Amino acid sequence: MSRENSSRLIVVNESRRGFVLGFGAGSLVLAFGGGALARLAHAQENKEAPKYGGAGMANGLRDDPRLFVEIGADGTVGIFCIRSEMGQGVRTSVAMVVADELGADWARVQVKQAPGDEPKYGNQNTDGSRSLRQSFAALRRAGAAARAMLEAAAAAAWAVDVGEVKAGVHEVVHAKSGRKLGFGELAAKAAALPVPKADTLKLKAPSEFRYIGKDRTRLIDGADIVSGRAQYGIDARLPGMLYAVVARSPVYGGKVASFDAAGADKLPGVVRIVQLNATPVPSGFQPLGGVAVVADNTGSAIKARAQLKIQWDAGSNSSYDSTAYRKQLEAANRKPGKRIRDDGDVDQAFAAAAKKVSADYYTPHLAHATMEPPAALAQVKDGRCEVWACTQAPQESREQVAKALGIDIGQVTVNVTLLGGGFGRKSKPDYVVEAALLAKELGKPVKLTWTREDDLVNDYFHAVAHSHFEAALDKSGKVTGWLHRIAAPSISSTFAPDPKHESAGELGQGISDMPFAIPNVRIENPEAAAHTRIGWFRSVYNIPHAYAIQSFVAELAHAAGRDHKEFLLELLGPDRQFAPQLAAGNAWWNYGEDPAQYPVDTARWRRVIETVAKESGWGRKLPKGRGLGLAAHRSFVTYTAAVCEVEVGDDGAITVPRVDIAIDCGPQVNPERVRAQMEGAAIQGIGLARYGEISFKAGRAEQTNFHQFQILRINEAPREIRVHLVAPDDYSQPLGGVGEPGLPPIAPAFVNAIFAATGKRIRDLPIRSQLAAAKTGKAA
Amino acid sequence: MIKLTVNGTERQFDGDPALPLLWYLRDTLGQTGTKFGCGMALCGACTVHIDGAATRSCITPVAAVAGKRVTTIEGLSPDGRHPLQQAWQELNVAQCGYCQTGQIMQAASLLQTKPNPSDDDIDLAMAGNLCRCGTYTRIRAAIRQAAAQGGAK
Repeated sequence: MSRENSSRLIVVNESRRGFVLGFGAGSLVLAFGGGALARLAHAQENKEAPKYGGAGMANGLRDDPRLFVEIGADGTVGIFCIRSEMGQGVRTSVAMVVADELGADWARVQVKQAPGDEPKYGNQNTDGSRSLRQSFAALRRAGAAARAMLEAAAAAAWAVDVGEVKAGVHEVVHAKSGRKLGFGELAAKAAALPVPKADTLKLKAPSEFRYIGKDRTRLIDGADIVSGRAQYGIDARLPGMLYAVVARSPVYGGKVASFDAAGADKLPGVVRIVQLNATPVPSGFQPLGGVAVVADNTGSAIKARAQLKIQWDAGSNSSYDSTAYRKQLEAANRKPGKRIRDDGDVDQAFAAAAKKVSADYYTPHLAHATMEPPAALAQVKDGRCEVWACTQAPQESREQVAKALGIDIGQVTVNVTLLGGGFGRKSKPDYVVEAALLAKELGKPVKLTWTREDDLVNDYFHAVAHSHFEAALDKSGKVTGWLHRIAAPSISSTFAPDPKHESAGELGQGISDMPFAIPNVRIENPEAAAHTRIGWFRSVYNIPHAYAIQSFVAELAHAAGRDHKEFLLELLGPDRQFAPQLAAGNAWWNYGEDPAQYPVDTARWRRVIETVAKESGWGRKLPKGRGLGLAAHRSFVTYTAAVCEVEVGDDGAITVPRVDIAIDCGPQVNPERVRAQMEGAAIQGIGLARYGEISFKAGRAEQTNFHQFQILRINEAPREIRVHLVAPDDYSQPLGGVGEPGLPPIAPAFVNAIFAATGKRIRDLPIRSQLAAAKTGKAA
Repeated sequence: MIKLTVNGTERQFDGDPALPLLWYLRDTLGQTGTKFGCGMALCGACTVHIDGAATRSCITPVAAVAGKRVTTIEGLSPDGRHPLQQAWQELNVAQCGYCQTGQIMQAASLLQTKPNPSDDDIDLAMAGNLCRCGTYTRIRAAIRQAAAQGGAK
């Protein structure tokens, strides 16, 4: 099987088009991270039947085969991927599903990237670990419908009953007569036939799958990636294009007071220096404004930008100091806050406790730091705008560009390139809008590139968070009372002024769905204001929530003198299922999924923990300085558990011989990519735990490049990562998410392992030099 | 006027001699397989070979490569079938893939000097190449596989 001969896969070869028809316009709904939640909350308040899954997303789902499959006369099958490829393997996995149901020969499949057009294609957001989870069934129906149309065309050609023909591999066969027609020969006739109704489709039984659930498919873009042909947003080119960088306010909400471009405008290659207006805070998806330097290459633009003398009006966030802010969060968590859950009688449990344990945990702001920084190419001509961008949100990009340029959304085309990493950063199209504004201003195509400094200083930062816990234990070491206060600024602050609390969607990430069978539970969410631009980062609030909860459970196990795994399983209690809900009539959240179909299932929690414990050799004897640490979590309706093995040297140096991860995400389309996502999550998670922090002084991020915002290097990576797939072909379960759920258990498993190895409990992330400081007796 | 050779083709450059080679390759020549990641030689995404040695093109002025041979990922092998490129595909190393051209150029340079590297050799040689997706364990495996298949070609 060779993909080497295929041309750029994102280029549609018009001459090959078999059947791709248009689709009627649907309603446009502004969709960002909380859009689906807002719709769900609205339905809950108005007692309407809520829509879940893909149907609950803006513009819903489509299963019309004419949107997703085209077959050329030569038999080449083009499969349209409407989601963005950012390393999760979606272009390969989507094609595997459609090709399998269709009966296509993988060697003759090409993947084509759909432009942003949600009225046509349905929801295209690539976030929330939802692509396959929410569209698996629709993609199967699209493939099966195309197969049925090919079978009908063959039956008509042979004048036989359609029941006598059957699609094999890339051909339709009439067994009685031995006649065969290839997909290419049937394509034109099939395209003219009506699309069969969904309830008439015959889907394959899982035992018939040839690609789905199999491990042998090579990445569809693999050859392009290793040869340098792969096209990311930063690589897009047009004749006569110019190159731009923008100097933005280092403080969120700041504006240009004045600037002096003298000198900079005379440097070689510089074409224009233009001021961009700042969007008032909260700026949402619109740009931060600043001063743009446009040149005939990016390097000259960067050099000239450094020569600009800009006076900033820094605005109200210029006193933001993350050290002082942490103290505010701690103070907020010393007092009762908004009640999220209140089960039983916590006060009584503490009054009767044999032992009380208390601990606080802190996780800092993080930056996404995608290896490809945000970048986009735009052209504005004849009242139309065309963009090539590495975006996770092509429809949102269209909306925001249309808004900024003051043109109709129908006049904006967004072509989706490969993404050099996404992690949520590229869901926010501020950079796409910047490119469009500059292309309009210059009257030429402009490619806008964010430098690494821009990326780290002006990110949509992952929220800082602080947790305070108190637990009551009885004489036998059983937990009878649980008080958790969690304070963190909300992502809502980027879209609406001054939210005081985490949203229901944020609290639904490990807080309102906390599964422990503890009779007396109180969870509170004190107020926390945002002073920088906050946004979702891979696995979002699951990072601080899982870190705090899974660390505290390990501390309780230690306090009770119990084995951590046994203690954790006991906390989960008997196997049961429940719908995650908040107290007091608040909207609740289950990643947009129906709680009847996707309840919190403690048996699945238990199973990933038992699996990872068994596979990692939990409890085995280790030499001095080594330890195992465990953590588990449910996120994106998937269950994961990790065991890290760490070794800490006398100098505090950390090495990681091995990580084991178990994942139960329901049936798996592409187990090979599931493994890859878990491996990547382990490495990214350890990196974040060790080094990840953006701190602020005078409103400015203090880390400006990879020497300060360090990410894990190969010499620090685990020597071995073992991924354990739990029930990957159990089709009695619906699909769960994969891209994000690997991350949340890593940091707590890692610090729990450090405790096992050294006796030193890490409560504040990142770890940085805390271990070396502990060894030498110096303060961290 | 600066003369240099890029992937076997002689080039003449008459722009700012201080311009980083990276931008000459990407923006002027349109050879976009060499990536921008940091601009400070901290991540390795921009790695090319200069007279055969792995070099960070983001901090290398064009003036510094006058008279030298520059090889980018596009020139690593004529048909894209260098043993490293094959091993990378066979093991599905890439996730987003953005850093991988720099990784492969760095690894190719390693195999030139150490045809059979140990894991420690690999870690040492590859420590300057960052991957945010976390593909390091597969990068090690792919380098070992390419080495076993005579990757230092």
